[in-house]
Amino acid sequence: MQVSELKPEQHFITDEPYYVATGSEIAVFEAAYRNRLPLLLKGPTGCGKTRFMEYMAWRLKRPLITVSCHDDLTASDLVGRYLVKGGETVWVDGPLARAVHAGGICYLDEIVEARKDTMVVIHPLADDRRVLPMEKLGTLLQAGPEFCLAISYNPGYQSVLKDLKQSTRQRFVALEFDYPSAELEQRIVASEAAVDAAMAEKLVKFAQMTRNLKGNGLEEGASTRLLVHAGKLIAAGIAPVTACAGAIAQALTDDPEMLAAINELSASLF
Amino acid sequence: MPTSEQIAAQLDDTLEAEFTFIRSEELVPLLSPLSEEEQLFVLDWTRRIASTNVEIAHQFARRAPQALAALEPRVLEAWALHAMDVYDRGGLRPALEVIRDVDSFMRLAHERTAGALFDEVSGVLLPFVRGLSGRRLLLDQAGTIYTDSETLFLPSLMAQLASREDNFRLYKVAVALLWAQTRYGTFRQPLQAALAGYPDPQRALALFNALETRRLEACIARELPGLYREMGALRRQLGEAEEPAAWGEALAQLQAPTASAADALALVARLYDGPLPPPRCYQGELQPEAVAACMAARIEREKMLFRVRLAQMLEEHKAKRREPDGPTQRPGVRERADPQQPEGRSFELTLDEVPVAPPEPVKQLMTSIILDLGEIPDEYLVPAGPGEYDPSLYQEQPPDPEAVWQGTYHEIGATFYNEWDHGRQHYRKGWCVMREKDVVPVHDGFVAATLARYGGLVKHLRRSFEALRDEERLLKRQTFGDDIDIDALVEALADARDGREMSNQLFTRLHRVERNIAVAFMVDMSGSTRGWVNDAQREALLLLCEALEALGDRYAIYGFSGMTRKRCELYRVKRFDEPYGDEVKARISGIRAQDYTRMGFAIRHLSQLLQETEARTRILITLSDGKPDDYSDYRGVYGIEDTRRALIEAKRAGIHPFCITIDSAGPDYLPHMYGSVNYAVIDEVRALPYKVAEIYRRLTC
Ligand SMILES: Nc1ncnc2c1ncn2[C@@H]1O[C@H](COP(=O)(O)OP(=O)(O)O)[C@@H](O)[C@H]1O
Ligand SMILES: [Mg+2]
Repeated sequence: MQVSELKPEQHFITDEPYYVATGSEIAVFEAAYRNRLPLLLKGPTGCGKTRFMEYMAWRLKRPLITVSCHDDLTASDLVGRYLVKGGETVWVDGPLARAVHAGGICYLDEIVEARKDTMVVIHPLADDRRVLPMEKLGTLLQAGPEFCLAISYNPGYQSVLKDLKQSTRQRFVALEFDYPSAELEQRIVASEAAVDAAMAEKLVKFAQMTRNLKGNGLEEGASTRLLVHAGKLIAAGIAPVTACAGAIAQALTDDPEMLAAINELSASLF
Repeated sequence: MPTSEQIAAQLDDTLEAEFTFIRSEELVPLLSPLSEEEQLFVLDWTRRIASTNVEIAHQFARRAPQALAALEPRVLEAWALHAMDVYDRGGLRPALEVIRDVDSFMRLAHERTAGALFDEVSGVLLPFVRGLSGRRLLLDQAGTIYTDSETLFLPSLMAQLASREDNFRLYKVAVALLWAQTRYGTFRQPLQAALAGYPDPQRALALFNALETRRLEACIARELPGLYREMGALRRQLGEAEEPAAWGEALAQLQAPTASAADALALVARLYDGPLPPPRCYQGELQPEAVAACMAARIEREKMLFRVRLAQMLEEHKAKRREPDGPTQRPGVRERADPQQPEGRSFELTLDEVPVAPPEPVKQLMTSIILDLGEIPDEYLVPAGPGEYDPSLYQEQPPDPEAVWQGTYHEIGATFYNEWDHGRQHYRKGWCVMREKDVVPVHDGFVAATLARYGGLVKHLRRSFEALRDEERLLKRQTFGDDIDIDALVEALADARDGREMSNQLFTRLHRVERNIAVAFMVDMSGSTRGWVNDAQREALLLLCEALEALGDRYAIYGFSGMTRKRCELYRVKRFDEPYGDEVKARISGIRAQDYTRMGFAIRHLSQLLQETEARTRILITLSDGKPDDYSDYRGVYGIEDTRRALIEAKRAGIHPFCITIDSAGPDYLPHMYGSVNYAVIDEVRALPYKVAEIYRRLTC
């Protein structure tokens, strides 16, 4: 097997990613991009935000640099740091700096997971200054017109410690994402998982059953992503009830009664 | 093995023989022949019931020994719990009826281990039925299987089949069939009027039920084929008879996708003189009177609520468009073909002909209205005017307010709080007279018993809370530490090479994260919590304290209650600076239900206390069983709006409010007060002790 290695900032998406628009998000993104405004993608997990970013990167013909944020992500992880190479110290750009240099699209996924102090480095990039302070180099990196910053955020989290601060959110143009309508979601599942229309319809129905339970014992219903997972198992010959139990129910909850209820729902449906 | 004297002494104590004159020596001979395990079982449950009501406990102790011979302990527990439930809702008399009716439990449970109990299956069946879509239904126990169109009533025990799994299946299919009645329009027919004309209306009703069941089976076969297969399997297992020969044509008609309840009703006339097959094994009764009463009240209530919500939505849309003086948008409803829906169509709310996505409570209201009426009638689309919402229409009449004013009120040692007057759209200044009182500590067996009963849970909570506390973080650029900070070292070397001064911050160190959280728990002590809710609250608080001690967050617990604005009371259970010890435990034990639920003052006062506490994150958690409600002036919109206003004030002060409620209607009004994600509904009172600490953990992890 051949493994290809590419630097993300040189990686242009050449094949059109499969993305089904659910509203005017494409037009809004383009308008924001042309006006050099940063974007905030709001929405539950697995509803197509990442896919949308890939699609927009392809459409705008810019490289996409994605960073999944986690709670140990520091400012240097984004901006860059010194390394020692052959007895010399050399500066290595972080993904954010590389995106600025390349005029790419930088997508910070699940931004609230990052440490609070990390958030601060993106502020000057996200207002009309559009600069990245390289503190350790003592320089300011000015972003060109092609650079774009996008972050994502799931407002459904209940933890009070994971709320997006006003000072951050007010810098961004917000795009609200939610699960697609039943018809669109069926189309997506059928296409992504290669199952027939009838099976896709049932999977979407099942997702709606679990979404009826949000706030009623479930924190979230099944996402489009989980439907695609279950669909792929079914296309590979796994019985639908088994596929739903493994790919969906177990992903949603550990509570034994809730698991039993969800499995009863899929057993009723198929 | 306890001696007779010990048993007698314990019963005397539990049943308060000194005051109640219950003669426990009469009970001792009943208990003596039991095994030690059985004796302890009866004594324990007698004590638990006595904490709710002594007379029920007495009657339980009288019957339990004999019942134990025929029933499994878990069936007996279900019986006792059911009686307490009935007491909480209906008082002593109906509860005693449940206790006396142990015979029916014994009849049902002829095979000792085969039965499925309502209490064991409802935790699965409730999310099951809610997942099925439609109105948010409730489950409850009753002598027969039926629904009033809001609650599905089921027997406490199903024991028709040999195995527990099969009896569970029977429960499940019965639930699905009742759900189907609400979902596929059974009650949209005027049943009472239509059937009254028959010589034997009961027979006509039974016939309609049989025909309607056939129609609904066909609906289920189309929508939920897996469930339909299980229905068939159950019928075969119980050897059910063939359909009457004369029904062939009728069945074909009822099984068509376009068939409605009206068709079943029409067929009653045609088949009335023919045979009536026995009911299906999972078929319940139809109770048209119960449905009619429930539906009439609901239709009126939901019409008003819908119009109020509509008015709110229009306001919000106006605010969003940033033209507060602009024209109000015209609401409408658009019908769309939708093969997914039972009648092939769905409805969309529009503003000025543009479809809008209504918030969740409005969606649910629309669903419920459409289930009742088949559409959203035009008169529903008139937004409610300012004074139109009359809460007294939807609540029982308050008692005479005069009675409250006859006492003399001393306003010494009190704090005054403003209150938001929704009608006036202004604060009433110094309107509420608030006093802090101490809960009278009660040193009884409650603490020990609770800790013993939930021993495993306490251990588990402590462990998981300790894990939170022990979260460690790698600190970089320290002057001392466990490891070398490579980044810092490299930079320092670079600096040194350039001739600059080398930093001495070259180490990394593991550091315990200081959570720095202060949390105030605000516990509903209104009269509606009397009995079992109060027990569950106290247990939940005790477990919470045990867990929080492992965590080290600063916390305070206050109960709130009141009777009119002149008597707003906050009961101290634990202050922020008070250690958790025997005194606090005894106060938790001493929490008792008081009067009403005026909420605004409590939120304002606790916000004040939180503000005075040093912390980076401040949280206010309300434990409640329903909407704010006071003696007369605080009902409905007024109370909700004042509470909401108090919460907004708290949020502005940097406090995070959160609400944990056992009111299943909470999602209707809590998002408006707390925001869409800042609340949790616990479906079952009994789950409270298990859930509260867990919710807190999730909230702050
Ligand atoms: N609108 C959409 N068009 C195409 N595929 C979608 C769409 N929404 C969701 N998906 C499918 O769902 C999966 C998960 O979406 P993803 O973009 O990773 O979610 P998110 O980033 O919001 O968590 C995608 O891999 C894709 O298969
Ligand atoms: Mg993603």
